[in-house]
Amino acid sequence: MKIVALNGLLGYGYSKEALEIAFSEKVDYLGVDAGSTDPGPYYLGSGKSFTDRGAVKRDLSLALPRALEHKAPFIIGTAGGAGSSEHVAWLKDILLEVAREQNLSFRLGTVLSDVTKEYVIGKLDNGELIDMSSDFPANREDIEKSSRIVSQIGIAPIVELLKKKVDVIVCGRACDTAIYAAPCIHEGYKPGLAFHMAKIMECGAMCSEPVAAADVMQAYMYDDYFELRPANPIRRCTVDRVAAHTLYEQSNPYLIYEPDGVCDLTNSVFEQIDDRTVRVSNSAFREAEKKTLKLEGVKCSGYRTICPATVYDPKTIENIDTIIKTVTDFVKENTKETIPENAFSVSFKTSGGKESSMGIIIDVVGETQEIADTVCALVRSRMLHCDYVGRKSTAGNLAFPFSPSDIHVGPVYEFSLFHLAGVSSLLETSQIFTEEVGK
Amino acid sequence: MKKLIDYTKILRSKNAGPLFITFDLIFNTKEDMEYVESRLKKEDVAKAYEIDEDKIDIISYGVVNSIKITFPRKNISGSLADGDIYGCQQHMPLANIEV
Repeated sequence: MKIVALNGLLGYGYSKEALEIAFSEKVDYLGVDAGSTDPGPYYLGSGKSFTDRGAVKRDLSLALPRALEHKAPFIIGTAGGAGSSEHVAWLKDILLEVAREQNLSFRLGTVLSDVTKEYVIGKLDNGELIDMSSDFPANREDIEKSSRIVSQIGIAPIVELLKKKVDVIVCGRACDTAIYAAPCIHEGYKPGLAFHMAKIMECGAMCSEPVAAADVMQAYMYDDYFELRPANPIRRCTVDRVAAHTLYEQSNPYLIYEPDGVCDLTNSVFEQIDDRTVRVSNSAFREAEKKTLKLEGVKCSGYRTICPATVYDPKTIENIDTIIKTVTDFVKENTKETIPENAFSVSFKTSGGKESSMGIIIDVVGETQEIADTVCALVRSRMLHCDYVGRKSTAGNLAFPFSPSDIHVGPVYEFSLFHLAGVSSLLETSQIFTEEVGK
Repeated sequence: MKKLIDYTKILRSKNAGPLFITFDLIFNTKEDMEYVESRLKKEDVAKAYEIDEDKIDIISYGVVNSIKITFPRKNISGSLADGDIYGCQQHMPLANIEV
């Protein structure tokens, strides 16, 4: 069975030639990951994608007709970058636009994986919420403050949709591995091989050299091994690259934790089959006794205004701590009557030092955008003209690269939840839909 | 004395989810890996990042002559005090540890 990864992230691009090479022989499944928590909590909070609509449309518009021609189900994981129902709607809109423009028809499956606060509170009360880090314990207040919560689905809902013979699957928040492991397990391949292959494939051609998240990757599944070969002839898979890839973004290189269990790579064997192909065998899988799903939630922590600036004068840089203290005290004093003290926070993100120049970002988060604006303007003007002992550059301390100097960043989100929930069924957070498109 | 980075061909940091930071040290030779493995102490890493020693995991991955180090982020990704959302520029304190 041949399974193709379009690239490491939908919207990051790939070589069209590589796609054509991949589809020059029979393809059984096509997959692509479309999201990640790496860009931070903002995207889940705002309902926006960190990928660009135009770029996502380009990536879809070349691949979708190929997948349909080959009758290869096309599985898209974590739609819209963060996978909430709003993100799924965004991606579906692009997908339907492509279908209309190219006059394509297909059966579409969708998985939504949003969960409610009440669901999570229920888990907390039943002692079924498991901390991933002791530094980040689950707490009721954060859950109640959450503006959006999603669950990372595993293979189960995708397998359900494959049974319903859909042509395209758009998933809400999904484990990256589920995209590629689900079809293999649906077809009866060993889960150890399926999950190991999936862990490598979800990053596209990252496991090849030259390395690229933005290119097409191919996997060939067999009963007792799988083989990996990049579609683009300029790239090759090597044992080192493929083996090293299981280090990437994982806390443990031997164990990949999944909702269904753990994939164990301790005894995996990597072999170079030809110049561009690596064979992997002996990866194992142990079913978990207690199934879990990861929950991700974010809360709004206020509104941000920033001001970036540079200091070139070494004397000013030397005195920066004094300047920051003076400015901070001044702002406290000057907002005493108008803004409650706990309604804003100011931080100074600095880099560089006396040897070169210092970059500073004045970072203000307030309860409202108005408060953030007021405080940022006060900090900026006071810092610009702040005196210190031995100052010669009395015209100003800061070089502003832009006018306006202060930038509205808008709402700020922070993670409120990143925990495992014990579940009785791996389908319990999923809502599955099917519909006909273009018929 | 040589620094840790001098022994490696790849030394990188990255989020392992928003709560953890993970470091991959990949060596040219098995000898370099074993040398560093025998000398790099958790307390050095703890000192470099100002974190508790018992929160640090150091795992050798001999398949590709590498060592992985993982610990909880001091500021979780995207929190107000965080300055590196992806966590991919956190490797220098580790790189500069003398071995």
